[in-house]
Amino acid sequence: MQVTMNVNGESITRDVEPRKLLVHFIREDVELRGTHWGCDTSNCGACTLWVDGEAVKSCTVLAAQADGHDVRTVEGMETAAGLDPVQQGFIECHGLQCGFCTPGMMMTARWLLDHNPHPSEEEIREAISGQICRCTGYKNIVEAIQWAADHPATSEVNA
Amino acid sequence: MQTPAPTDYVRATSVANAIALLEEHGEEARILAGGHSLLPMMKLRIARPEMLIDINDLDELRGIRVEGDELVLGAMVTHREVLESPILSEHYAIFREAEKVIADPLVRNRGTVGGSMCQADPSEDLSAVGSALHGTVVIRNSSGTRTVPLREFHEGPYETKVGPAEMLTEVRFPIRPGSGSAYEKVERRVGDWAVCSAGVFVTVKDGVVADCGIGLTAVSAEHFCAPAAEAFLIGKAPSEENLRAAAKMAGDASDPSSDQRGPADYKKHLAEELTFRALTRAASASQGA
Repeated sequence: MQVTMNVNGESITRDVEPRKLLVHFIREDVELRGTHWGCDTSNCGACTLWVDGEAVKSCTVLAAQADGHDVRTVEGMETAAGLDPVQQGFIECHGLQCGFCTPGMMMTARWLLDHNPHPSEEEIREAISGQICRCTGYKNIVEAIQWAADHPATSEVNA
Repeated sequence: MQTPAPTDYVRATSVANAIALLEEHGEEARILAGGHSLLPMMKLRIARPEMLIDINDLDELRGIRVEGDELVLGAMVTHREVLESPILSEHYAIFREAEKVIADPLVRNRGTVGGSMCQADPSEDLSAVGSALHGTVVIRNSSGTRTVPLREFHEGPYETKVGPAEMLTEVRFPIRPGSGSAYEKVERRVGDWAVCSAGVFVTVKDGVVADCGIGLTAVSAEHFCAPAAEAFLIGKAPSEENLRAAAKMAGDASDPSSDQRGPADYKKHLAEELTFRALTRAASASQGA
């Protein structure tokens, strides 16, 4: 079947098998490999991206379901104005070690801050509770998101 | 890599169209709602539907509203919408308390109430909520709709009264002014299925329990409820002693199995203790209301 979706502002049309998962469509067909393919079981959140503005686990959505919808991936975070504050926060606070979980963590962080610009530490931990990081122990990720909340300078550009 | 077996895909344009598609494609067709149970089962090849009928475009299945003395949730209402609904929170604390511990925020963005009910996982938290509140579901087929009490909805694990060419369109809950409700869950880690959960509502009037409902999940309580414990409590004062005795009867309504989430006697203990805690909070909320 043919699907057409808006990925990071660009209209993309491809032929896919109906059974193809969105994570594989984005990585293989659209060739955006920032979205990571992790556990395959909706547990780890490495594949988190946005569909119509909502953060979702793309290993549990069919590409066919995204037909006609807006998809945003980590590649769409940086704008002409520069890095998203969330990206900058991960740099400032050493929010990653191996980096495998990072794109998903950042997509959830942006989603959280768009809905709740001043989250408490508990709210940040709750927001990323569906995602697994095996390196950092989460502390620096939480601090990175807090940093982004405290430095929202460019968030209007990304809204 | 886990990949579903080959399947076809079609988007329904209305509920009537979805039912017509189910009739056309027979038992190998499945409704695709949020997909957060069906797609994992398809990846494991436990489910191998030949046709997926996507109902995500159907606005007629969305929305939370009050209709007369009932709360009505469309089948495609997401877990997040339940969690954040001011209408539901106004009438029952149990919705917010249960949803906060269902899966994680990303899964709650996509998973639906109708999907959870129809999946009928024996550890489903919403099934305990539905049983506790004596909810009903509306099931539609090409000749009309029927209403089924949630306490008669489950035929067994993963089996419901929804037939092959039928779909669940709504879940309804009676509004009970002056009631209190609460949900208690023990899980191994955030987002996991329950080791055991208990959800209750209690209405205290003139110092006695006028009405109550007790739901249990993950411990093989028949229809996710404990009717003997409810019957015991009605007409009695919500004293610690009476709530303890009812909780003990709720524990007796459970029939858990030992597995990686814990031994059976531990789960039975949880059924009793979590029921007691939920009853205590719900009774107190009702008296404060």
